[in-house]
Amino acid sequence: MGGKTVTKVAKSGLDKKTVLNFLHQMLLIRKFEDKAGELYARGKIAGFLHLYNGEEAVAVGAVSALQEHDLLITHYRDHGHAIAKGIDVKRCMAELLGKATGCVKGRGGSMHFFDMSLGMYGGWAIVAGHLPLAVGLGLASNALGKKQVTLCIFGDGATNIGYFHEALNLAKLWNVPVVFLCENNLYGMGTAVHRASAVTEMVRKADAYNIPAERVDGMDVLAVREATAKAVEHARRGDGPYFLEVLTYRFRGHSMADPILYRDKSEVDEWKQRDPIVSFRQKLEAEGLLSPQELEQIERETDELIAEAVRFAEESPDPPLTDLYEDIYADS
Amino acid sequence: MPMITYREALNQALREEMARDERVVVFGEDVVAYGGAYGVTSGLVQDFGDKRIMDTPIAEGVIGGAAVGAAMGGLRPVAELMTINFALLASDALINHAAKVHHMFGGQMSVPLVIRMVGGGGAQLASTHSQSLEAMFAHVPGLKVVTPATPADAKGLLKSAIRDDNPVLCIEHALLYRVRGEVPEGDFLVPLGKAEVKREGKDITFVAYSRMTLVALEAADRLSQEGIEAEVVDLRSLRPLDMETVLASVRKTNRAVTVEEAWRTYGIGAEVASRIQEEAFDYLDAPIQRVAGVEVPMPYAKNLEQAAIPDARRVVEAVKKLLVRTNV
Ligand SMILES: Cc1ncc(C[n+]2csc(CCOP(=O)(O)OP(=O)(O)O)c2C)c(N)n1
Ligand SMILES: [Mg+2]
Repeated sequence: MGGKTVTKVAKSGLDKKTVLNFLHQMLLIRKFEDKAGELYARGKIAGFLHLYNGEEAVAVGAVSALQEHDLLITHYRDHGHAIAKGIDVKRCMAELLGKATGCVKGRGGSMHFFDMSLGMYGGWAIVAGHLPLAVGLGLASNALGKKQVTLCIFGDGATNIGYFHEALNLAKLWNVPVVFLCENNLYGMGTAVHRASAVTEMVRKADAYNIPAERVDGMDVLAVREATAKAVEHARRGDGPYFLEVLTYRFRGHSMADPILYRDKSEVDEWKQRDPIVSFRQKLEAEGLLSPQELEQIERETDELIAEAVRFAEESPDPPLTDLYEDIYADS
Repeated sequence: MPMITYREALNQALREEMARDERVVVFGEDVVAYGGAYGVTSGLVQDFGDKRIMDTPIAEGVIGGAAVGAAMGGLRPVAELMTINFALLASDALINHAAKVHHMFGGQMSVPLVIRMVGGGGAQLASTHSQSLEAMFAHVPGLKVVTPATPADAKGLLKSAIRDDNPVLCIEHALLYRVRGEVPEGDFLVPLGKAEVKREGKDITFVAYSRMTLVALEAADRLSQEGIEAEVVDLRSLRPLDMETVLASVRKTNRAVTVEEAWRTYGIGAEVASRIQEEAFDYLDAPIQRVAGVEVPMPYAKNLEQAAIPDARRVVEAVKKLLVRTNV
């Protein structure tokens, strides 16, 4: 499997509150995704719906390494990232239902979550199209002396497009504070990595641009956190971009429309043995950091948040028709 | 008023806006030491340093995308894409991203950026380097497109574009850089989305933009000798499109000819003609004529290229054709 792991929670240097919050967030994302899938099946959510089940440790671990004013820019499989960056699940769910109270007023749907005030600079749905934007954000951070790091997340599929190479090259030339994080989940839609990429270790692609890189176990939230923290520190210090390849796996289809004909169920089952939430919970329990009562409380809280999000979304109004003509241009 | 070239006017606009606002940064291929493929950014690095003006690799995708990101990050980037033909490689960043940010993200964020590029033919650069693709970009809600024809408009429009909070494409013309004209010094702004009557007349309206404005003016001079007075409306901005000025003119002259270097089909002239008939049908004494580029990939050979680009003679012919039907 490969990728750096962190074996013990106690060795991570993180306090109990922080690690329990990781569990809370991962569970919240998992439950959000399961509920979204259910609402999609019931026809309440339309369009494309790309779920993040199995990859929760990446969003939670990586975003936890950011400071509040740091920026996150990501691809269309963005629910987990948005929730980790702090967008309220109510506004996320309302967006999926196309409601006026959604995080982008029902204009973007699943693939385009955004909240400027939280530094969640978008889900972007053109594969790799946001990598150049990250370079621009990094340029702005440097030019304005902000010491602000941009975390740019994308899939393995994004590494084969010109944009990827143009962005990494310029990121290095301009020495921008950007952490490029590739979620290598072994597939781009139904195409296995080795059928789409001549180099299957994404980490080697960073080498072509002289960008330091590391390969990390994406099923281990602590490993992701540790590697991202190091990468963010590197960028903030002024040492330029950093590249992380995070090995992960999506448990469900590419989108809700995916009949999953391209991989064996046994492969999925094998990865599910390494479920990032279950394994982290077990680790916490084994080290005496999570009591049955604490677990029960986290389960209950996350259940309630999701139930409340669904209620909020369903009770929210549709956008008014007058909204059709709003915000095409900014007033100068 | 000083007489300066179109190139100098653009350079002046950049210089003034960079001095006025520290957030204005310039980047693109060969903009620093080379001074820009057409010399527009010449000397800026000496005055503003290499943090305010930066070379990029030959990588239009990241130039377009970095401009969007830089604007999102709080700068006011002016990116140069060398030519509109290469803008095709940046069109994803412009159309899928720049044009969408403000609207799709719920009006939370705007992207104040300018993309400069040269368009048009006439320099014998053949089909991949002579195109007028402005209609493609002007088609897109969320983008603004300006096409200055004179040095004064070049300065005033570029300055306004830089101050605008939206993505603005400034499409310059390859054959205009050495054209001289009077340009007001200092803070001279031309509003975006405002056409200008460049010559008054009572008999017919020419609607043109970019270099074709000069061609239309030349045609108007020739017609004047025959007693026909043409009014020349220079659109200046293609989006927003100032139909008020066009319609006011057509209501006066009752006839219109559109003049564009770009291909006719699905073009700017088609749009303008359609809007005139929608909004001023009763004022028209004759069908609207379109003078446009010949619908072929641009050939290299001089005689063929000349035959493909509208000139004053073709505009005059279009007028004659139209007048035969209506007797002025
Ligand atoms: C430029 C572009 N081409 C094709 C698509 C259609 N598409 C959407 S997601 C996807 C697969 C991307 O895979 P990857 O980057 O590995 O991300 P993952 O879905 O595995 O998270 C494709 C082909 C697109 N959105 N953009
Ligand atoms: Mg993938």
